[in-house]
Amino acid sequence: MYRILKMRQLTPVTRLYVIDAPLVARSAQPGQFIILRVGATGERIPITITDFDREAGTVTIVVQEVGKTTKWLAQLGEGDYIQDFAGPLGQPVELPERGRVALIGGGFGTGAILTIAKALHGRPGITVDAIVGARTQELLILADEVAANVDRFLPCTDDGSFGTKGFVTAVLHDQIKAEKGYELVIAVGPMPMMKAVADVTRPYAIYTLASMDPIMLDGTGMCGACRVKVGNENKFACVDGPCFDAHKVDFLEVSRRTKMYKAEEKIALDRFVEHECQCKSAGNR
Amino acid sequence: MAKVRRDRHAMPLLDAAVRVTRFDEVALGYTLEMAMEEAQRCLKCKNPTCENGCPVQVPVKDFVALLAEGKVEESIKRMREVNRLPAICGRVCPQEEQCEAKCIVGIKFEPVAIGRLERFVADWERQHGFAPFEEIPQRKEKVAVIGAGPAGLTCAGDLAALGYQVTVFEALHAAGGVLMYGIPEFRLPKEIVEADVKRLEEMGVEFRYNVVVGRTVTIDSLMDDLGYDAVFIGTGAGLPKFMGIPGENYSGVYSSNEFLTRINLLRAYRFPEYDTPMKVGKRVAVIGAGNTAMDSVRTSLRVGAEKAMIVYRRTEHEMTARKEEFEHAVEEGVEFNWLTNPIEIIGNADGWVTGLKCMKMELGEPDESGRRKPVPIKGSEFIMEVDSVIMALGTTPNPILLRTTPGLQSNKWGCLVADPETGATTRPGVFAGGDAVTGAATVILAMGAGQKAAKAISEYLQQKAVHA
Repeated sequence: MYRILKMRQLTPVTRLYVIDAPLVARSAQPGQFIILRVGATGERIPITITDFDREAGTVTIVVQEVGKTTKWLAQLGEGDYIQDFAGPLGQPVELPERGRVALIGGGFGTGAILTIAKALHGRPGITVDAIVGARTQELLILADEVAANVDRFLPCTDDGSFGTKGFVTAVLHDQIKAEKGYELVIAVGPMPMMKAVADVTRPYAIYTLASMDPIMLDGTGMCGACRVKVGNENKFACVDGPCFDAHKVDFLEVSRRTKMYKAEEKIALDRFVEHECQCKSAGNR
Repeated sequence: MAKVRRDRHAMPLLDAAVRVTRFDEVALGYTLEMAMEEAQRCLKCKNPTCENGCPVQVPVKDFVALLAEGKVEESIKRMREVNRLPAICGRVCPQEEQCEAKCIVGIKFEPVAIGRLERFVADWERQHGFAPFEEIPQRKEKVAVIGAGPAGLTCAGDLAALGYQVTVFEALHAAGGVLMYGIPEFRLPKEIVEADVKRLEEMGVEFRYNVVVGRTVTIDSLMDDLGYDAVFIGTGAGLPKFMGIPGENYSGVYSSNEFLTRINLLRAYRFPEYDTPMKVGKRVAVIGAGNTAMDSVRTSLRVGAEKAMIVYRRTEHEMTARKEEFEHAVEEGVEFNWLTNPIEIIGNADGWVTGLKCMKMELGEPDESGRRKPVPIKGSEFIMEVDSVIMALGTTPNPILLRTTPGLQSNKWGCLVADPETGATTRPGVFAGGDAVTGAATVILAMGAGQKAAKAISEYLQQKAVHA
């Protein structure tokens, strides 16, 4: 069992958790993820590491409520326990010693670029731009933390309530044209956003990494559910990823595969919500 | 001496029509009367060749003789001196190739049903309560066992019995390895695995879950920072193989590892009570004809498939599944497509599997494995309508541990190099055994490797203590 030491509500549907997991914290590297299971009847889901503190023995994750598992997790608060928390998993992302780097975060993916920003921060030969986007200001997460760890913080919102009005891809494109490009672009966020980022950087031949979060079971290479077509090869995201060359990833296929259990996910969610309502109304009586 | 009965006692089975509707165990087990009668078929050979046929050297002659006299408690006690997982071995070992293959009765008649008797005494013990442990003098040396599968559990148990301080590090959230995620409930009920693990805990073995050695901790940090004096690697087989044919990433294509893990470890057959889903649709094709393929195809029937098919490019004679598993699959209505080789998976616009394109094959000259090589028949392509495809083709070694452990050597296939007699790897104090070394093999061979390694680790630690 793994204790939740801190919980912070970032948006109405996004929470940050600091988990007591000393062994994971000791070995965690930017770009890696964990697999958690909320309780004994739960499913195993992968979540990218947002931050870690080796001395305190803690690992920070950001979770958005989308389905049953994340809603179940959202019911837990400080002092509660998560059944299983395995990691760090996946290959750490390879970071350069010099050059210009753009970190692109979309939605709750912004949480995942924090650990990369921190690792690059202070490297003498490196300049880092963070381009982060959300639908509206209140959905933009960890803006202060990311801003404090990059050279330039370039937020944008769909409705213009904060930063530039528009998508991260437009800001990225402007920056590429204005500043003669980047040595490396790393995108973490929804699949369509990462694909759009790859489309922007492809004509400029800028090396671009996308962090994949396909369906996974064990996270150690045993099940093969997380296979992603990269170029002409099948790669296992848990063993060889989760970051892959975004210009070679078959995004259409990955997106399709992640939706394989949509109907079942809805059944699980509806059942959970219904049960929750019953509990609440029972409590009100 | 009474005349030996020609035939062994048949194993009582759950009716095939009933069993495809649920996950209850298929083989029901002998009654005490049946077990005693079967045990009485044993000739008590002076030189019990059956024991040489066993990778863990189960004392067959002794345990069977005690059982023949009705001394079940003494029989299981004798068994336990050597084998820590008899309820499991009695169910999943290929006895027909091991102990029973060497049984003298088997020369003229059917061999003594040693596996079924092993299962009987182990089940009897579990039902009547395990005997308490005798006090073991404790030793101070700490041993880390990586992986809680058959090799790791055996190694851990043998070392704990010698008084060592043993911690088992397991990547998943439950112990048992393939016994838990791979072999289905209807062949090996999970409560049996859990009972054996609990027994190891009572012996003092510590289990730590969610630790992926190579990621969470390295072997170096286990030995240098965490104070382990020796390490046993029993990490199992590795990454599932796919065929490399077009369409393998359509939704509805699974490795047998994924399919079985969803069902067995994550209990997808009880969705939505359990959160992990699994869907195979009405028509399922399982590619391969080993035990894992049989487990997959039989499981498909139990989760709602109306037509469950084996697709194999060779014939019944070349398949690697145990006869018993094959027969059970036939009884349950599995359809076998021999000499059929998949060449493409067909999908619809949403990316879901709709068919499997195959070619018919014929047998040609023997290949390097000695089996006649299947060759495609020109123009024989046809499409099989299916909703899902499960690939049961074996595995390739997992690279995680090798990537993160300096000084460990692998062979050309990527398996760990270890001495077959001791499990010693190229790194002092680090031992290995089971599928991580041999590539995918059997539970009992992994147990044998764990047993040998435990002995070698003890010798290594004693020598180290002398030189310290």
